[in-house]
Amino acid sequence: MKRVVVTGIGALTAIGNNVPEYLEGLKSGKSGAQPITQFDPEQFKTQFACEVTNWDPTDRLDKRAIRRLDRYIVMALYAADEALKMAGINNEAGERIFDLDPDRAGAIVASGIGGLGTLEKEIMDFADGSGTPRYNPFMIPKMIANMGAGHISMEHNLRGPSYATVSACASGGHALAAAADDIRLGRADLMITGGSEAVVTKVGIGGFNSMKALSTRNDDYKTASRPYDAERDGFVLGEGAGIIILESLDHALARGATILAEVAGYAASSDAYHISAPHPEGAGAKMAMINALKYAELKASDVDYINTHGTSTPLGDTAELKAIQLAFGEDVYDLNISSTKSMTGHLLGAAAAVESVACILAIQHNFVPPTINHFTDDPEIDPKLDLTFNKSVEKPVNVALSNTFGFGGHNSATIFKRYNP
Amino acid sequence: MASIEKKVIQIIVDKLGVDEAEVTSEASFQNDLGADSLDTVELIMEFEKEFDISIPDEQAENIQTVGHAVTYLESSVEK
Repeated sequence: MKRVVVTGIGALTAIGNNVPEYLEGLKSGKSGAQPITQFDPEQFKTQFACEVTNWDPTDRLDKRAIRRLDRYIVMALYAADEALKMAGINNEAGERIFDLDPDRAGAIVASGIGGLGTLEKEIMDFADGSGTPRYNPFMIPKMIANMGAGHISMEHNLRGPSYATVSACASGGHALAAAADDIRLGRADLMITGGSEAVVTKVGIGGFNSMKALSTRNDDYKTASRPYDAERDGFVLGEGAGIIILESLDHALARGATILAEVAGYAASSDAYHISAPHPEGAGAKMAMINALKYAELKASDVDYINTHGTSTPLGDTAELKAIQLAFGEDVYDLNISSTKSMTGHLLGAAAAVESVACILAIQHNFVPPTINHFTDDPEIDPKLDLTFNKSVEKPVNVALSNTFGFGGHNSATIFKRYNP
Repeated sequence: MASIEKKVIQIIVDKLGVDEAEVTSEASFQNDLGADSLDTVELIMEFEKEFDISIPDEQAENIQTVGHAVTYLESSVEK
């Protein structure tokens, strides 16, 4: 089995349009929430989201190449560009500088939903149209959820495996696991993985509103994403992309790459319980963490930081903490827990990707990002847990675990550790 | 008449991301302007929308160049 290391990362989120900005946002505890700009939300119960703003994709991507892509695909390409530069595969101008074997490199990049904005616009245009039964020929290739991976493989000439994984809000975690397996089993030398999501649209907001999943704190949107707070009232929709370059240790060392972290282990499980509600005892989530630790050959006490799924929903937050307590036992009191969704909002299929990037940054820079927007303790939550409220903490982080769970009861846990030869 | 040609050129420039200078009457969408088969379907749709007409598929297949499009539209669009 090959060891799997991280040699590049890319981030595009409401708190930073690149990795340095994202790092700064995580350290300073920045809220990415703002009134929705992509459509007029007046009719909707929720009128804010964590949108990516002040973003011009043409500063990295060719205008002609992106003109027929859904926003979620552009976001995936944008973050991949940053990650490949950081990995030293491409130079600052985006040109290939390492002689990568295209048949040994691929892209497994997730999206939970895909090009919802495209589908929505096409259906509305059709309903308003002259009756000519025609849809735009680019609708399907813009909408389908695999096209982040598809376009990355085309743009960067990767002929190894490329596809998307779909497991709602756990999609990015499953993508990373699949990509890591390709390297672990020797099927590829380098894999681009992660996820992207862009559904701050009428259907996205309206659909989650109907499920009563979103916060409706319109009068105080900056603090609406408040995981573990007694007054939490739902998640705040985020958008963006996270990309991670995984490489076999041999390949990375041979080309003299800088190693940011090692993928220690990962595991997936299912709740087998309900379409959207978490198992009340965290039965599935617990097993994902236990099995990820087993795979990583790590003890619970080795983990310094858990980046939780922690979406700021009343049921989900406490169920996850129960699962963590079951998986970690007494060792849970010696580690830091935080939900970076308090800052970025919930990026759905890209959540695991940007949160894995947060874990890698935590290891690189020895800090724990905070759970911001904490005001009132929830009596249901064990007060001995260190949920890293409101301020980031400087401390050595050698091992970090990222949890993500999706509608359908899909759970994924991924562990990163400091690289030691 | 001139305004039809002008609108056609504008649509092609917008949709294919090409320079206006490249959009000559003889220019073929696929051979000269970098369009693929999906791009040409989209162009036909834009022409339909802009000029409020319906172009039957068998006619659309014959519209391969800028000149073809202008000629077809000039004859089809109600004066």
